[in-house]
Amino acid sequence: MTMSVLDSKIPEGPLAEKWTKYKNEIELVSPANKRNIDIIVVGTGLAGASAAASLAELGYNVKTFCFQDSPRRAHSIAAQGGINAAKNYQGDGDSTYRLFYDTVKGGDYRAREANVYRLAEVSANIIDQCVAQGVPFARDYGGQLDNRSFGGVLVSRTFYAKGQTGQQLLLGAYSAMNRQINRGKIKSYNRHEMLDLVLVDGKARGIIARDLVTGALERHSAHAVVIASGGYGNVFFLSTNAMGSNVTAAWKTHKRGAYFANPCFTQIHPTCIPVSGDHQSKLTLMSESLRNDGRIWVPAKLEDAQAIREGRLKPTDLAEEDRDYFLERRYPAFGNLVPRDVASRAAKERCDAGFGVNKTGEAVYLDFGSAIMRYGKEKSLVMGIKDADQATIRRLGEEVVEAKYGNLFQMYEKIVDQNPYKTPMMIYPAVHYTMGGLWVDYNLQTTIPGCYAAGEANFSEHGANRLGASALMQGLADGYFVLPYTIGDYLSKDIRTGKISTDLPEFEAAEQAVRAQMEALVNANGTHPVDYYHKKLGKIMWNKCGMARNEQGLKEAIEEIAALREDFYKNVKIPGTVNGKNQELEKALRVADFLELGELFAKDALNRNESCGGHFREEFQTEEGEALRDDENFRFVSAWEYKGAPKDAVLHKEELIYENIKVKARSYK
Amino acid sequence: MKLTLNIWRQQDASSKGQFVTYSIDDISPDMSFLEMLDVLNNKLILQGQEPVEFDHDCREGICGSCSLQINGEPHGPDRLVTTCQLHMRMFKDGDTIDIEPFRAKAFPVIKDLIVDRSAFDRIQQAGGYVSVNTSGNTTDANAILVPKHDADDAFSAAACIGCGACVAACKNASAMLFTSAKVSQYALLPQGKVEATTRVLNMVKQMDLEGFGNCTNTGACEIECPKGISLENIARMNREYLSASLQG
Amino acid sequence: MSGRTSSIARKVVMALSGLFLVLFLAMHFSMNLTSVFSEDVFNQISHFMGYNPLVQLLMQPVLIAGVIVHFVMGIVLELKNKKARPVAYKNYNGSANAAWASRNMILSGAVILAFLVLHMSDFWLPEMVYKYVAAHPEDPTRYYHETVEKFHHPVRVGLYVVSFVLLGLHLYHGFASSFQSMGWNNKYSKALTGFAKAYAIVIPLGFIFIALFHHFNS
Repeated sequence: MTMSVLDSKIPEGPLAEKWTKYKNEIELVSPANKRNIDIIVVGTGLAGASAAASLAELGYNVKTFCFQDSPRRAHSIAAQGGINAAKNYQGDGDSTYRLFYDTVKGGDYRAREANVYRLAEVSANIIDQCVAQGVPFARDYGGQLDNRSFGGVLVSRTFYAKGQTGQQLLLGAYSAMNRQINRGKIKSYNRHEMLDLVLVDGKARGIIARDLVTGALERHSAHAVVIASGGYGNVFFLSTNAMGSNVTAAWKTHKRGAYFANPCFTQIHPTCIPVSGDHQSKLTLMSESLRNDGRIWVPAKLEDAQAIREGRLKPTDLAEEDRDYFLERRYPAFGNLVPRDVASRAAKERCDAGFGVNKTGEAVYLDFGSAIMRYGKEKSLVMGIKDADQATIRRLGEEVVEAKYGNLFQMYEKIVDQNPYKTPMMIYPAVHYTMGGLWVDYNLQTTIPGCYAAGEANFSEHGANRLGASALMQGLADGYFVLPYTIGDYLSKDIRTGKISTDLPEFEAAEQAVRAQMEALVNANGTHPVDYYHKKLGKIMWNKCGMARNEQGLKEAIEEIAALREDFYKNVKIPGTVNGKNQELEKALRVADFLELGELFAKDALNRNESCGGHFREEFQTEEGEALRDDENFRFVSAWEYKGAPKDAVLHKEELIYENIKVKARSYK
Repeated sequence: MKLTLNIWRQQDASSKGQFVTYSIDDISPDMSFLEMLDVLNNKLILQGQEPVEFDHDCREGICGSCSLQINGEPHGPDRLVTTCQLHMRMFKDGDTIDIEPFRAKAFPVIKDLIVDRSAFDRIQQAGGYVSVNTSGNTTDANAILVPKHDADDAFSAAACIGCGACVAACKNASAMLFTSAKVSQYALLPQGKVEATTRVLNMVKQMDLEGFGNCTNTGACEIECPKGISLENIARMNREYLSASLQG
Repeated sequence: MSGRTSSIARKVVMALSGLFLVLFLAMHFSMNLTSVFSEDVFNQISHFMGYNPLVQLLMQPVLIAGVIVHFVMGIVLELKNKKARPVAYKNYNGSANAAWASRNMILSGAVILAFLVLHMSDFWLPEMVYKYVAAHPEDPTRYYHETVEKFHHPVRVGLYVVSFVLLGLHLYHGFASSFQSMGWNNKYSKALTGFAKAYAIVIPLGFIFIALFHHFNS
């Protein structure tokens, strides 16, 4: 284990001045030279689309790649609740420092101070930018922007567009991309998947991509490559990620030399629609914003829980005193708005104790009953109805709730076939986001020169747990406001390089390696479809690397995943050929990488002998069952170097230094 | 549930396609329509046949990837849902279901049930944006007040997911609802007003170039739209277009 | 106008020419209606229309042009729209999302066109022959009898009735949706839509009534 290779390149100076100072001192590229420099952006979610648009606007020639049929379909589109920004429009005491503080604390003191501060600093600009682009954020009756509150904070700093904030922000970034496509500055390669990174003289100089329609392998060269391909939650098979979300671009980059940081830091989101059966292909999130108004509970008595599970008792029939609002009980200060990791573990604890409320025993209630009555009362007063009856109050309240969360309630009803206005929603935690990812320095550069990682694909500013509405903020901050500066500084040394040839032997070799892997998979002609392996991997991950982990389970997971991987290459069955459209082959290439990442994930979790944020090791907990951090031995970022097989990966540590924040036990009580 | 499926199979854009009939059982009413197709595909793979290819991604009704004309309607018989949110409880045991790709000259088939909807991207590229640099050096977000009503209407238009159901449902394969949703979003916001004239002219021009049909106001698009985009947007675009044409 | 050939321009042309024809129809109906009440009034109006130079030399050509524009554009739209979906659906459940009238404008339009041929050969053509070919002298009293006589034959009356029904369906969609085409969709246009739909029912029913009235009273 060594620490020498990791240089986070944090600028000198006081925290609040680092970014300004940095921007003043970096090298710039002249407009004339920018025209001769190519940049590849892989992924067109919030980070990728915003980076591509900004870089093209500056004058670079940008190529974007996405596996979807349009950049607009990247999975950022599905983010629901909102985006944080330290605007302090509500005058409730918010500030750049407080957003910085909340984020570091929320991440359980496992994020880099300087990066988080920069994020908080540019957050307000994001809102200005998006509004200028025509993003229709929610507004109040005075025409000003509205805010809501999210988990783990005591202010209202979340901007939103109903339950479709990610969609609106992504469409904003996509529109900025479109403007550059129309100008000829971005060429967008849709239905293309990056299958390898090409290094020339140790620098990232291009990628190998597969045209998913024709099946052809293509070589694309550039002076810098941005990996913005999102997270790897689908290693669990069932997650709130899109079916196509994958780790391939990031993993191939890792295999070419980029360190992979904190792979075990996964966010399990507390409010998802519970699993209904084996046929299930994905899980659906119910936005955290619902916890503004929804109260989470289970029956206080075991016999009531059992009666509910067996359908003998309805939740609405249970008296107030027979309900256990366990988050409000355990965490009175933050109540239902505790951070996600805390809420998820608390739900799991109740279900494990036998209080679960659906057939599988793995669900808790999210109840809008009291919010509906509260809003109804308020609205009836505003409308001048003095003595409104209960039915009127309820109807008015339902209208208010519908205006706030209508699309989420409709989605719930379509999936579960129950009306959440009348009976409480059932929810359970599910894999949602991965804090881990490619290790990057302050410039968002990976350990490969010229290769950058942005958004969820990097190991990010969220430490061991991400706060709600912070992923959108980070993705757009990276793309709009950070990369355009940091990449320029790097490229200023590249102005004499000229066009990079794709005939170089490095491109040839990379293409051959990709072709060989594809052919090996298609020729395996085994007995099991790709999904069989993906589901098996998911089961191992969920059971042994999920919400609670222990040494024995992690050791077993490592063995089991390695064995599964071996079996996969021998016995997978992929109909069709490597030519033309072949969705099974696409899936297989992704699952192949998940089968490697999963093992590194377990290895990282096994190595981290502490509990922090989303990483909960059963051996390390307080008497009250809270996460027990070990700052003395584990206040570092684990950055793993690829050495041929996941089990041989070498750990490098980046020590985390806190100069502007007092490190203490994280409490939401 | 036991079902008979008539599914359009087509190897690639240049091949001729045809319907193939499959029967399938053990379908749970709680499955989504795409999960039902997953079951079929797993069966086909185990039999050594190529699975049915279809576009899908988020499976929560927001990415707009999934399509499918199901029993003659885009996204099937349910309302305000995409195919991924259509559940098998909408069908009966023993039903026969026809599954076709969205059909339009501007949406050529790529394979099986997958069509190329890049025409939509090109319409957006023609002007579906506000020309503001991403420097962040704009005015404060609250400097321009937007009446709540306009902001809400702009949001409702912007909720379009670009799935193409409007085109698929329209007897004329017209893309007016899609195009008008984007035009409306910007027409309703002060930020979008500056370029309103050129935007609507360019986007409509591109829409026509792509080979979509003409709107004849049947309203099928509005009924089938999974996001409930209103016909009022088409009227607004007509209005914007006429006034832009008279000015230009 | 920069977008003369755009899809929206075509739509507006359809709406404007259609509205013009709607106006004409109202006028035509009110004149016909007099035949039910008063032979003299009907004769006077008909004679005025037949010999007034403004009507004959300006309004009549404009009307014919309006009809031609509406039909030609309708056919152009239909052909273009057919081309927009070269491969038809096997299963197209149009009734699930749109009214029959709105989906079959070309059919109702074609029936109206065929009716126009019949109608012109019944009335307009003999009138032209009477006035300009045979050059008969003016006779301000002949119109009522000529008209009533035409409704003697049950087959013709039957064809007229069927055509009026389809005219009603055509108007039911066309009149109401012309506001939408011209960019007018708000609470006022919605109120007017109700009027348009009533118009589409009342006027064709009125024409049917007149045809049947003369058929059974002659």
